[in-house]
Amino acid sequence: MATVLDAGEIGRALKRIAHEIVEHNHGLENVVLLGIPTRGAFLGTRIANFLGEIAGPVPVGTIDITLHRDDLRLRPPRPLLPTNIPTSGIEGKDVVLVDDVLFSGRTIRAALDALGEIGRPRSVQLAVLVDRGHRELPIRADYVGKNIPTSALETVRVHLSEIDNEDSVEIMAGA
Amino acid sequence: MDRHLLSINDLSASEAIQILNTASELSKISDGPMKKLPTLRGRTVVNLFFEDSTRTRISFESAAKRLSADVINFSAKGSSVSKGESLKDTAQTLQAMGADAVVIRHGASGAAQRLADSGWISASVINAGDGTHEHPTQALLDAYTIRSRFPDLRSNFNGLKVAIVGDILHSRVARSNVLLLTKLGAKVTIVAPPTLIPVGITDWDVDVSYDFDSAIKNVDVVMMLRVQSERMADSFFPSEREYSRGYGLDIARLNSLKDSTIVMHPGPMNRGLEISAESADSHKSVVLAQVSNGVLVRMAVLYQLLGGAAFSGEVSA
Amino acid sequence: MEYTIKNARMLDGAIVDVEISNGVIKNIGNGLNSGEMLDAQKHLLIPGLVDLHTHLREPGREDSETVATGSAAAAKGGFTAISAMANTFPVADTAGVVEQVFRLGREAGLCDVFPIGAVTQGLEGKKLAELGAMANSKAQVRIFSDDGKCVSDPLLMRRALEYVKTFNGIIAQHAQEPALTVGSQMNEGIVSSRLGLAGWPAVAEEAIIARDILLAEHVGSRLHICHLTTAGGVDLVRFAKARGIQVTAEVTPHHLLLTDELVSNYDPVFKVNPPLRTEVDVNALRKGLADGTIDIVGTDHAPHPTEDKDCEWQSAAFGMVGLETALSVVAKAMIETKLLDWNGLVNRMSIAPAKIAGYTNHGQNVAKGSAANLTIVDTTANWIVDRNTLASKSKNTPFQGMTLPTQVLHTFLNGELVLRNSKIVKSTNGGSN
Repeated sequence: MATVLDAGEIGRALKRIAHEIVEHNHGLENVVLLGIPTRGAFLGTRIANFLGEIAGPVPVGTIDITLHRDDLRLRPPRPLLPTNIPTSGIEGKDVVLVDDVLFSGRTIRAALDALGEIGRPRSVQLAVLVDRGHRELPIRADYVGKNIPTSALETVRVHLSEIDNEDSVEIMAGA
Repeated sequence: MDRHLLSINDLSASEAIQILNTASELSKISDGPMKKLPTLRGRTVVNLFFEDSTRTRISFESAAKRLSADVINFSAKGSSVSKGESLKDTAQTLQAMGADAVVIRHGASGAAQRLADSGWISASVINAGDGTHEHPTQALLDAYTIRSRFPDLRSNFNGLKVAIVGDILHSRVARSNVLLLTKLGAKVTIVAPPTLIPVGITDWDVDVSYDFDSAIKNVDVVMMLRVQSERMADSFFPSEREYSRGYGLDIARLNSLKDSTIVMHPGPMNRGLEISAESADSHKSVVLAQVSNGVLVRMAVLYQLLGGAAFSGEVSA
Repeated sequence: MEYTIKNARMLDGAIVDVEISNGVIKNIGNGLNSGEMLDAQKHLLIPGLVDLHTHLREPGREDSETVATGSAAAAKGGFTAISAMANTFPVADTAGVVEQVFRLGREAGLCDVFPIGAVTQGLEGKKLAELGAMANSKAQVRIFSDDGKCVSDPLLMRRALEYVKTFNGIIAQHAQEPALTVGSQMNEGIVSSRLGLAGWPAVAEEAIIARDILLAEHVGSRLHICHLTTAGGVDLVRFAKARGIQVTAEVTPHHLLLTDELVSNYDPVFKVNPPLRTEVDVNALRKGLADGTIDIVGTDHAPHPTEDKDCEWQSAAFGMVGLETALSVVAKAMIETKLLDWNGLVNRMSIAPAKIAGYTNHGQNVAKGSAANLTIVDTTANWIVDRNTLASKSKNTPFQGMTLPTQVLHTFLNGELVLRNSKIVKSTNGGSN
């Protein structure tokens, strides 16, 4: 087991992502952040807080993708997680999805489907803390905290102090 | 709850709360931004209604369609069902059609269980009302409605006081509600004339009162049950007038309730018999919310039964 | 034919040989060997069982049972005499129908079939049937019953009780006040309230029993209470006997063993009239049978075709088959619990019913000169009930899959072997009056 990001590195990565979002979108006027629960939601809130310090308030919410998963039939029914779309909506907005780990890309595909049911954003961008490779669909992130090449047999664990005891990202051998 | 939802006894308290939580999430996304969800795409839900009930059937149909399931309706009138085809033959036809879930409403108590136990079908069975036995999704939507009006109740109903009033003897809604409310920790009082209270009520975890006025003094929920005037022919009560004088929620009783008390009714209502028009339309009444909550709760139930790994149901020859 | 039963165990424990010839027991001793030998292997030899309450369904419902198949079931159960209830189609309310049933029983030759006559025409409960004609017919009917239905009109019941005094007949009442049991599905109590099934309260049975024992006292006639099922009913019969009233009572095997809890999964195999009741009732019935307040066991064998039970509860027919499991169930309920010994059981299932009905060739002690209506049973064997191996045409047994004690091995009807090693012997014409 190896720690690839510690608390300090996580904080700096999120701050950098916040700056990149402002830069790429030329300001925050049209931006909406939607975190994918559970940990993506916490990261979304943290990035929104950083954006608030840098450039001003930005609407932030969560979008649960459970009902849009393509692997529902493989396991017993999963509990639904909270979905809170900000009142300003997503129609015509630049939506930035936030998640902790980008792996096969299926979670993001489900999120795109879910967004499509809600409305039509002007653009959808993706911010992730860790990109570990092994895509199974043509999905890519716009903002990446750290690229961590892994073997498919390894597991990446993200801990966030909001629900875990600490902030860290670890790689472990085996499932 | 395994493959079927036949009775509230199929659910533990936490499973029931899980359904309510799922319905809450669905209300945020499905009532608001996302009208249709792909979750049950490719699944077939059959509404097998041997008793007429447009409201409940439409509620289940909406729930299934909002989850993108295919819906087939078998209703009593004008189908082979009304021509005397047996429950068994009807069920085997559905099996041949590939039903994943069968929502059954039937006039015989235990019909849903017979369908589930028989081995005639491998689908999940949801009891939408069997005779005078149970109506589990009604109790779940009633609990959901109560919780939405009393936001302090999250994972249990401890301390909640409920009065269930009316024809308990013949009410499947009453049986399911008593089971669910007591399971969640509420205190339930049954109010009815003695003729409409079952002999075995001593075994239920409830208080019994023949006095409507004193029983509703401090309750949080008054749940009125429909009374059929046909019961007069069997001498359950002498006249409609006497019944509503003793057990009708009239304006005087409505005004005696606490401000926070809510009035519920599973419908359809006999305005003027068990509930006055003023009571039905007052701001305390949550009857309309009960109807709309029905779709959400039934979506949650369908998701719980069909949204995950399909069970390898075995059908006996 | 002549037989010698070798190594039979009598009720008193003695191991003997029994010679049978011309329909009677010729000799009992040791070292006997005339005619065909049958080795009883020290199993119990008792008088053939007598059932005063069977439904043979013929004429009219031959899809569920015929006199022939019912007789076969009886022989397999160790019965040498059965009384066929009158609720057939047409109803057995004339000399013609009872003679037909009687003849069918003789032709089958596996069991002595004694038709019961209806009390009222068409079982409608309005007018008396021709009781005298039935009594005088070849069937010599002495027991009359509207079973299936109650003779609920008190005046009609009084008249019936009076009328049968002519020929020392009996009115056998199915005690069920109709007004209290409209649409009833199961015992009224805790279970019925939970399951949402309309209740059949005990008082509907007890109210009729109370009325009828007082009527029987008033007119000085013989009353028989069919299938007693409640603790209160046992108390009423006890009270009546203490007063010297001529009342006899019967209990079914299933009411000695099963309770209404079994209805919980709505399986109609447990649907029966009168219904299964509570543990309190079961215990009172066992005590009543043990102390003789209840005189006899009657099976109320009620065959139904599969489609009448393979459906939802409300649509299902009431009734259970019972001839083939009766002895074993009573042994489980009464012998295993030490409430009765084998002498007592033989009394309740053979001697007493034969005496009540006047079947003089049955229920006799196993002795020289007695009619050879006998059955040999293995009291040490257990067997598993399998509906597919029942001789009855219908398979609605509530004991499916249960392991029961005591197996019936051989049955002699009027000196002819009709059951050998638990299998029906192809029948000869062996019946007698």
